[in-house]
Amino acid sequence: MINKICESLRAAVADIEDGSVVMIGGFGNSGIPMQLIEALRLHGARELTIISNNAGTAEDGIASLLRDRLVRKMVCSFPRSSGSIWFERLYEEGEIELELVPQGTLGERIRAAGAGLGGVYTPTGYGTRLADGKETKVINGKGYVLETAMPADVALIKADRADAWGNLVYNTAGRNFNPIMATAARITIAEVKTIVRVGDLDPECVVTPGIFVDRVVAQEVQKHDAA
Amino acid sequence: MMRLSTDEMARRVAQDIPDGAYVNLGIGMPTSVANYVSDDKQVIYHSENGILGVGPAPAPDKIDPDLINAGKQYVTLLKGGSYFDNAESFAMMRGGHLDIAVLGAFQVSATGDLANWATNNDKFPPAVGGAMDLAVGAKQLFVLMRHTTKTDEAKILEQCEYPLTGAGVVKRIYTDLAVIDVTGEGLRVRELYGDNTLAEVQALTAAPLLPPL
Repeated sequence: MINKICESLRAAVADIEDGSVVMIGGFGNSGIPMQLIEALRLHGARELTIISNNAGTAEDGIASLLRDRLVRKMVCSFPRSSGSIWFERLYEEGEIELELVPQGTLGERIRAAGAGLGGVYTPTGYGTRLADGKETKVINGKGYVLETAMPADVALIKADRADAWGNLVYNTAGRNFNPIMATAARITIAEVKTIVRVGDLDPECVVTPGIFVDRVVAQEVQKHDAA
Repeated sequence: MMRLSTDEMARRVAQDIPDGAYVNLGIGMPTSVANYVSDDKQVIYHSENGILGVGPAPAPDKIDPDLINAGKQYVTLLKGGSYFDNAESFAMMRGGHLDIAVLGAFQVSATGDLANWATNNDKFPPAVGGAMDLAVGAKQLFVLMRHTTKTDEAKILEQCEYPLTGAGVVKRIYTDLAVIDVTGEGLRVRELYGDNTLAEVQALTAAPLLPPL
């Protein structure tokens, strides 16, 4: 019997170790696994490398991991959204390392890791500062930059519905980085709004097949988040 | 001199977006171009976070917290629209599937280099987002920006002083004074607003301008 359902958010993140590389899905606050992030914060693993498009705003999500000084390095494309006070503070203090990656390159490095590729040649960033020190190649007269695969120890992702096999469907633009991150980590943990019976998801519409997902955990109803 | 307002600048770009185009509008001023595309044209807007067919802002009681645009504003999906993941979204950009991208800029060079992601201030954390992918991938890249900085320094230069987003990528520049094409021969003025003269616009431009054809 395959049953990937975890009984609690706490249990889902209990084995994340200090120094782990953790992917976190989401674009701004869309499709972000807020409850798994809070569970990770309470779990307290330190010296984390976080791979995510943004670096959190206000006191929420990734910003709360930064505030608690659990993060050593951020890999992201747009760390400086309005209200990214914790990232800006730590950056100014020199307390956090930043690897800035163009958004499409971030996605392709994640996808390459999940697809068993060593990397990809992308035209993005060719001739710019973000290609400094990287191998380049001219293919059919156009310049490309070699960007290597970027795997992770853990991916925390957010989906709308799941079954016990780990098949996932998403809500509107909430899918963003979640499906590709699911493929690229040793352990993929999905926070979902609803768990349905195996067989209830339309196989034509499954976005992430269960093979990529290790653990599924239902959102816990919170005082401020009854949705 | 005649200087267009930001709304008038957006309206001018909108006139050049053809019926049936797939278009990505950058954060800020470019986003407002959609407000001025006339209703008799069907234009499909792409948002980098994974939407084709972006519609207007929702009524307050119809907000879906996951349904946002690249600027993190709530939007809606038009009939016929679709959702997809980041890799597919950026394949649309890099793969040359988008007809037009409209981006803001700090500086543009005489050869169409674009600088719009970082200044030379090291204390300030840099952010690039999807700008570099759009710059290399869209079939046509339009820049929408004021002709000069707030302190009247030129933003159109022989070479950009700020770090590049992409080299030789800009096709056309829409400013508050003129429309300028980046061509093999150099920067050619396509349109001067009002009674603006080539000499007046040239005085505010740090690269040679060719007269309209």
